[in-house]
Amino acid sequence: MMNNYRINPSEGMEFGLYSLGDHIMNPLTGSRISAQERINEFIEMSQLAEQAGIDVFSVGESHQTHFTSQAHTVILAAIAQATKKIKITSSSTVLSVLDPVRVYEDFATIDLISNGRAEIVAGRGSRVGTHQLFGVDLQDYEEIYEEKLELLKQINENEEVTWNGHFRPPLDRAKILPRPLHGSMPIWRAVGGPPASAIKAGSMGIPMMLTTLGGPAMNFRTSILAYRRMAEQNGFDPDSLPIATTSLFYVADTEKEALRGMYPHLNTGFEAIRGTGYPKQQFAQATDYRDALMVGSKEQIIEKILYQHELFGMQRFIAQIDFGGVPFDKIMKNIELIGNDIIPAIKKHTATK
Amino acid sequence: MKIVVLSGSIVGSKTKIAMEKTVDILKQSFPSHDIQLLDLAEYTIEFSDGRNYFEYEGDTKYITERVMAADAIIIGTPVFQASIPATLKNIFDLLPVNAFRDKVVSSVVTAGTQKHYLIVEQQLKPILSYMKAHIVPTFVFIEEKDFLRKEIVNDDVLFRLERLVEDTVLTVEAFEAIRKRKDEEYDF
Repeated sequence: MMNNYRINPSEGMEFGLYSLGDHIMNPLTGSRISAQERINEFIEMSQLAEQAGIDVFSVGESHQTHFTSQAHTVILAAIAQATKKIKITSSSTVLSVLDPVRVYEDFATIDLISNGRAEIVAGRGSRVGTHQLFGVDLQDYEEIYEEKLELLKQINENEEVTWNGHFRPPLDRAKILPRPLHGSMPIWRAVGGPPASAIKAGSMGIPMMLTTLGGPAMNFRTSILAYRRMAEQNGFDPDSLPIATTSLFYVADTEKEALRGMYPHLNTGFEAIRGTGYPKQQFAQATDYRDALMVGSKEQIIEKILYQHELFGMQRFIAQIDFGGVPFDKIMKNIELIGNDIIPAIKKHTATK
Repeated sequence: MKIVVLSGSIVGSKTKIAMEKTVDILKQSFPSHDIQLLDLAEYTIEFSDGRNYFEYEGDTKYITERVMAADAIIIGTPVFQASIPATLKNIFDLLPVNAFRDKVVSSVVTAGTQKHYLIVEQQLKPILSYMKAHIVPTFVFIEEKDFLRKEIVNDDVLFRLERLVEDTVLTVEAFEAIRKRKDEEYDF
């Protein structure tokens, strides 16, 4: 049913990793690695993820201080070259400030380099600076994204495109090349927590990647249900549309170790990017299986993911394990626990025979 | 303890006079604390456009960063058209969601007549609650008739300001103690 998106639900839920590409000091040492070291970390993480049996690896695009993934397609191309079988996607591509033709050319090329493993996750961007940098008027924030996403979808479905819109010059029987290995590739819509964007994704009949950064997981069910309902109302079969969810993630051998391991990074990362830290009281509640933030022992994480799978019925879960200057040995430890313990348990419970 | 005293209007004199008096009382009662008066009339602040507060420049960045770094904020506001002035609302709009979490906020209001007494309850406190402030329940209400030639002449107002200052500082200490006790339990 989900062949178009290269997803086979009978094999069980996919597990992925994503990085926002943040470049923040490690609060435990007070120092920051170089941009070059950080970029090499993304590539090495993707290789370790592949070895651990993780299905998907993704890097997001951001254009301000505290980030080093401005040229995320270039990093993804390096990852395509460094890996053999893991799926490669963005998390996300800020489509609003880019030309959909150029985005498609880049990702189709990554798809060819990677032998058919590339996907696009297209987002609106949530920071004003990116729009200013590229001279995109914030007054058009919503409309520009909708128009560009529709064009991107049209390019994916047709090799030759004739198109007219407001925010890009018209295309007259333009051939958009190269084509991906199998003619088209999966394109997802990045959706923040609230249902407004989920409704738009559903009505377009496009797969949805939903962020569930924290707080009660139950709250995000509203967006999932709204997405499916809108897809159905617009003539799409919701069962043919995959859903992915994402969360901040930190697993350790014990609950206590996980809490102590994650908090300084989470708090520092939030301070750097949002200007407010992560409340300790809220963090202390987060190991509960009902909270969406993925922190805990491997048993707790497995319980959380399976609970969310019951709530959301998603086909893919993507974990952010490197936010806020997490040192590489901790990242490696997380990947090891994910590969050895978490993925086997999740696949076993979500595969349909 | 960092205490910011914010005079929320760019016109008129009553709120500013009241906040200067508040600073005097603070400095006398709690000389060791870090006390700063921010009078919006002395700054040029941009309207909120959705950026993070620290991504602005100049006065806008300065004021919002000072407010975000404070443990307590004493807000002074006049009453304009049955509400707070737009200049003060703009400060709130510039700040992030939950900006006042773990901060104590108290208020001093100046008004032409006593008809405006409940404006703080109905217009200001709901905003502070939404932004997660620990609100000092009582506020000081000062009328036109309490001033004479740029000075507060009603002694009762001065007593009430002294109590507000004390309540503000003690509330910070109380919530700090609560937070410390909770943090000790967490072990992370």
